[in-house]
Amino acid sequence: MNWRRAGLAALFAVPVIGLFMYGLKQDPREIPSPLPGKPAPLFSLAVFAPGQPPLNRPIGDTVRLADLRGQVVVLNFWASWCMACRDEHMSLSEVAREYAGKRVTFLGSLYQDVSSAGTQWIAQMGGQSYPSVQDPLARTAIDYGVYGVPETYFISVDGRIAHKITGPADPNLVRQVVDSLLAAANIAP
Amino acid sequence: MRRAWGWALAVVIVAGVTARGQQDTSTIGVPTVLTPRSAADSVLDARTSAVASQLRCPVCQGLSIQDSPSELAQSMRSLVHDQLAAGKTPDEVKAYFVSKYGEWILLAPKPHGFNLVAYAVPMLVVLGGGCVIVLAVRRWTGGVAHDGVGGAA
Repeated sequence: MNWRRAGLAALFAVPVIGLFMYGLKQDPREIPSPLPGKPAPLFSLAVFAPGQPPLNRPIGDTVRLADLRGQVVVLNFWASWCMACRDEHMSLSEVAREYAGKRVTFLGSLYQDVSSAGTQWIAQMGGQSYPSVQDPLARTAIDYGVYGVPETYFISVDGRIAHKITGPADPNLVRQVVDSLLAAANIAP
Repeated sequence: MRRAWGWALAVVIVAGVTARGQQDTSTIGVPTVLTPRSAADSVLDARTSAVASQLRCPVCQGLSIQDSPSELAQSMRSLVHDQLAAGKTPDEVKAYFVSKYGEWILLAPKPHGFNLVAYAVPMLVVLGGGCVIVLAVRRWTGGVAHDGVGGAA
C-alpha cells in the first residue's frame, strides 16, 4: 500500500519537478524575436542629434529607411535613462567611425525619452559620432519588437533584419556582423 | 455545527479574494478622461481595452498592457487604439503584435500543439482534485459504515 502511494505521488511530482527545472533554466526576460530574416519595418524619423563629421546629418532632417537600400544599417535603440546604454556608447561610436565612407549607416533611435534629455546625455558622454532620431510614441520601436534598451538591429543591403543584439552591443560582434553583411553583398569591408 | 462554521469561513475567504481581484483590475491602467466623449469613442475605448487586456506587457511580469502603467504599455495601448480606429479588426491588431514580438505577446497561448498542455493540465488537476474530494467525503461519511474503506486508513 505504501509503495502504491509513493508511486502515485511520484507520478504527479516528477512531471511538476521536471517542469520547474525546465522553467529555472529559461531566462524570463529573453524574448525570442520573430523578426530576423524578415523585411525591416520602414520608418521615416527626424534627426534630433546630428552626430559628428563625416557621419553627421542636420537636425530636423528626415531619415528614411527606404533611402538606405544598398547599405548595411545598424539601428540602435537607446535612452538617456538607460544605464546599460552607457556601456556600449563609446565603442559603438568608435565602430561607426571606422566604417565612415563605407556602405554602412549607423543610426541611433531615442526610445521613450525626450530629445532634450537625449542631447544632454550625448554631451555628457563626450559626443556621438552618428546621428540619432526621435521616435514619437515608440511606434518604430514597437514595429521592431523592442522591449528594452539598448537593442541593436542589423539591416542587410536588401532591407532585411539580419541580426539583433539585446543589451549592450559588443564592438567586436558589431564589426563581425557588419563585415559579414558587407561580404554577403559582395562589398569589401 | 463545526462544519457550518467551516463553510461560512470558506465563503468569506472566497468573497474577499474575488473582491480584491475586482478592485485591482478596476483601478489600474484606466486612463483619466477629461474631455467629453461620444458614444463611438466609448465603443472604441471598450474595444481597445478588450484587445489590450489580451496582450502581454513586455517590460512587466505577467501583466497585460491594459493593466500596466509602464510607458511602453501606454504606447502600445495607443497603437491598439489607433489601429482599431483605422479599421483593423481585433484579430488583425493581435496578429500585428505577434508578428513583432512572437506568440509570447499573447497572454493566453493559442490552443494548438504543445500549448494544449496549458489548457489540459488545469482541467485534469481540477478533475483529479474533485475525485480526491469525492473519495475523501465518502470515506468520512456513509462509506465507512457500508464498505469499511475508512477502516484501512
